[in-house]
Amino acid sequence: MVPISYYLVLSAILFACGVLGFLIKRNVITIFMSIELMLNAVNLSFVAFASYWQALSGQVFVFFVMVVAAAEAAVGLAIIIAVFRTRQTLNPDRVNLLKL
Amino acid sequence: MAMPLHQFFTSTDYLLSLPMIMLALFGMGVLIIDLLLPPEWKRANAWTALVGLVFSAIAVYKVQIADRIAEAHGQAGSFVGFGGSLVADRFAIYFYYLFLAGAAIAILMSVKYLEIEREQHGEFYALVLFSVIGMMCMASGYDIVLLFVGLELMALSTYVLVGFLRRDQRSNEAALKYLLLGAFSSGIFAYGLSLFYGLAGSTNLGQIALTLEQHFLANPKDPVAILALLTTATGLLFKIAAVPFHQWAPDAYEGAPTSITGYMSVAVKAAGWALLLRIFLYMLYPLRPIYLPMIIFVSLATLTAGNLAALTQSNLKRLLAYSSIAHVGYMLLGLVAGNTNNASSTGIKGIMVYLLVYTFMNLGAFAVITSLRRRDIIGDEIDDIAGLMFKAPTEAILMLVFLLSLAGIPPLAGFWGKYFIFLSLIESGHYALATVAVLYAVLGLYYYMRIANAMFMRRAETAEPVSLSPGLRLALAITALGTVIIGIFPEVFLRAAAWSLSVPQASAVAGLLK
Amino acid sequence: MLHLALFLIFGVIAVVGAINLIAQTHPINSALSLVVVMGSLAAEYLLLGAEFLGAIQVIVYAGAIMVLFVFTIMLLNAGAEEQTRGSKVAIIIGIPGMVIGSVAVAWALIRAHTGAEVPVGSLYGSAQGIGHLLFRDFLLPFEITSVLILIAIMGAVVLARRES
Repeated sequence: MVPISYYLVLSAILFACGVLGFLIKRNVITIFMSIELMLNAVNLSFVAFASYWQALSGQVFVFFVMVVAAAEAAVGLAIIIAVFRTRQTLNPDRVNLLKL
Repeated sequence: MAMPLHQFFTSTDYLLSLPMIMLALFGMGVLIIDLLLPPEWKRANAWTALVGLVFSAIAVYKVQIADRIAEAHGQAGSFVGFGGSLVADRFAIYFYYLFLAGAAIAILMSVKYLEIEREQHGEFYALVLFSVIGMMCMASGYDIVLLFVGLELMALSTYVLVGFLRRDQRSNEAALKYLLLGAFSSGIFAYGLSLFYGLAGSTNLGQIALTLEQHFLANPKDPVAILALLTTATGLLFKIAAVPFHQWAPDAYEGAPTSITGYMSVAVKAAGWALLLRIFLYMLYPLRPIYLPMIIFVSLATLTAGNLAALTQSNLKRLLAYSSIAHVGYMLLGLVAGNTNNASSTGIKGIMVYLLVYTFMNLGAFAVITSLRRRDIIGDEIDDIAGLMFKAPTEAILMLVFLLSLAGIPPLAGFWGKYFIFLSLIESGHYALATVAVLYAVLGLYYYMRIANAMFMRRAETAEPVSLSPGLRLALAITALGTVIIGIFPEVFLRAAAWSLSVPQASAVAGLLK
Repeated sequence: MLHLALFLIFGVIAVVGAINLIAQTHPINSALSLVVVMGSLAAEYLLLGAEFLGAIQVIVYAGAIMVLFVFTIMLLNAGAEEQTRGSKVAIIIGIPGMVIGSVAVAWALIRAHTGAEVPVGSLYGSAQGIGHLLFRDFLLPFEITSVLILIAIMGAVVLARRES
C-alpha cells in the first residue's frame, strides 16, 4: 500500500521541473518538451486521484490530455519549423522582432 | 451488452449540439470546396463560411425557442445534454450569439486582407469555424473535460490563425510566443483542474461546487483548495490576458493578421470570459472569500499596466492590445463588485454588456486598421493613419466613433459597459475602486485621442489612397451601427444581458446572483 | 511492500529523467530523458491500475509524440543551446523558486491526504471500462477531439508547407 500523497508529491515535483524547464531553457524545442513534462505530471495526478476515488472519469481526462498534447505537438512543431525557416534560430531570445 | 444509440445520444443532445454540428459540417465543407476552386474564386470560401455561421445561428435560435417553450411549461433552464456535461442555458446562448457575430465580422474583414497578403486559403475560414466550436464548448461546458477540450480546440486553431502569414517573420514569431505561453498556461490550468478533481472525485462542475462547499465549511483554509484555486485562476487569467499574465497579448496581437487580431480581441477573449465566469460563478463560488482579494489585486494591476503601457505605443495594433488589457481590468471589477459571499448581479450583467459592446466597437476599430493594409504598406503604425481624414473622411469619422466608444463617451455603446461596472461598484460600496476606475477611464481618453489627433490634425505620410472592399464596407457598417444603436437604444441589449443571467443552472448560483 | 518499492524505483527514475531534461544542453538528450520519464510514468500508471492508460502512454506519448520531437530536432539540425544573460537570470531566480514552491506544494498535499492510501487492484482501468465512459458520458468531448485532430493536421500542413 502506498499513500496517495506519494504519487501527488511525485506529480508536483515533475510539474515543478516542467515549469523550471519552461523558464530557464533557451531552445524552443526543449521549452516545448518541458510543457509536455508538465502535462505528464497533470496526468499522473489525475490517475492517482482516479484510483483514490475509485472513479474512471479521472483516467478519461488523462486520455483527453494525451490527445490534446499530441495535437499541440503537431501544431507547435509546425510553428517551430516555420519560425526556423524564416530566421535560422531556435533561441527564443533571438526571436525578438516584436519587442517584449 | 449493446445499448441502443438513443439512450446516450438523445434528441435533446442532438438539439444542443446542432450549432456545433453545423459549424463542423461547414468547416469541412470549406476545406473540400477549397480544393475545387480556381485561385480567382477563393473568396467563395468566405461566403461558405458565412453561410455556415448563419446556419449555426439558426440552430442556436432553435435552442433558444426550445428554452422558451420549456419556460412556458415551467421547466426553464433545464437544458442539460450529454449526461450533464453540456448545459445550453441562457448564459451559453448569449455567448453563442456573441461568438458567431464576432466570427462573421472577422471573416468579412479577412477576404480582401488575405488577397493582399496572397494567403487566401480555405483553411483560414475552416479554422475560424472550428475555433467557434471550441468557444461554444467553453461557454456551455458543465464538465471540466469538455471545458478543457473546448479551450484547447479554440486555442489550437487560434495559434495557427496567428501564424497564418507564414512568410511574415512577425506573424510566425507571434504564433510561437502565443503557442508557448498558451500551452504553458493550459498546463497550469489542467494541474488546477486535477487538484479540484482530487477534492471532489467528479468532473462535473455542479458536483465539484457542492463538494467544495462542504469541504470549505469544514476546513476553510485548506492549502490544497487554495493551491487548486491559484493554479486554475492563473490559467484563466492567462487566457483573458490579465496582468501579470499578459505579456503574450501585445506580441500576439501585433504579429497576427489584422483581422485575426480583431477576432482574438473580441471572440477569443469573450470565450475566455465565458470559461472564467463559468468556473468562478458555477464551480468556485464557495471559494469567493479567498479569491476576492486576488481578483481585486489583478484588476488594479491590469488597469494600471494596460493604461500606462498604452500611452507610449506607436503601433496601432499594439496600442489596441494594451487598451484591450485595460478593458479586461474594468471587466474584472465587475466580478469584484458584490459582497464577500455573493457576486453582484449588476456587476456580472455589466461584464455581459461590456463584452457585447466591445465586440462591435473593437472589431470596428480593427476593420479600419485592416483597410490601411495596401500594396507594400503594412499600415499598422500611428503614422500610417495620419491624415486619414483627408483621404477617407467616412472611415476617419467611423474610427473616431469607435475610439470615443472605447473611451466610454456617453451617447455611444462603450459607455454602457463602463456604466454598469461602475454602478455595481458603487452599489456594493467599493467607492475607492470606482474612483480609480473612473480616473483610468479619463487616462484612456488620452491615448485614444492620440490616434484621433493623428487622423484629423496631421498630414498623410504617403499619398497611397485607402479603398474599401465590399466585405470591409459591410463589416464597418455592422460594427458602426452596433456601436451607435446600442449606445442610443440600449434597452433591448440590456434586457438581453439580464436575460442571459436569469435562471442559472445550479440552484446555489440562483441564490448567488441576487 | 513490493508496491512501495516499485513506486520508489520508477518515481526516482522519473525525477532523475526530468532533472536531466533540464540539465542537458543538447535537445536530443533532453528528448531521450523525456522518453525515460514517460516510460517510468507508464509503470506508475500500471501500479495505479490504469492498464489502458499505461499502454497508450507508451504508444502515443513515448512512441508517437516523442518520435515527432526527435524528428523535428533532426530535421532542423538543432545544436546545443546557447546561454544568454536572460537565461542566467532565470536560472538564478528559477531554481530556488521552484525548489521552495515544490516543497510547499508537497507539504500541502501530504498534510491534506494523510492516511489515505491507494488500494491495489481494486480499480481496473481497462480499455473496456474507459471505452464505455468515452462513448457514453464523454461522447461530446470525444467527438470534439476529432475536430481537434483535424485542426492539428490542417495547421501543420498550412504552417509547414513550402512556397509553391
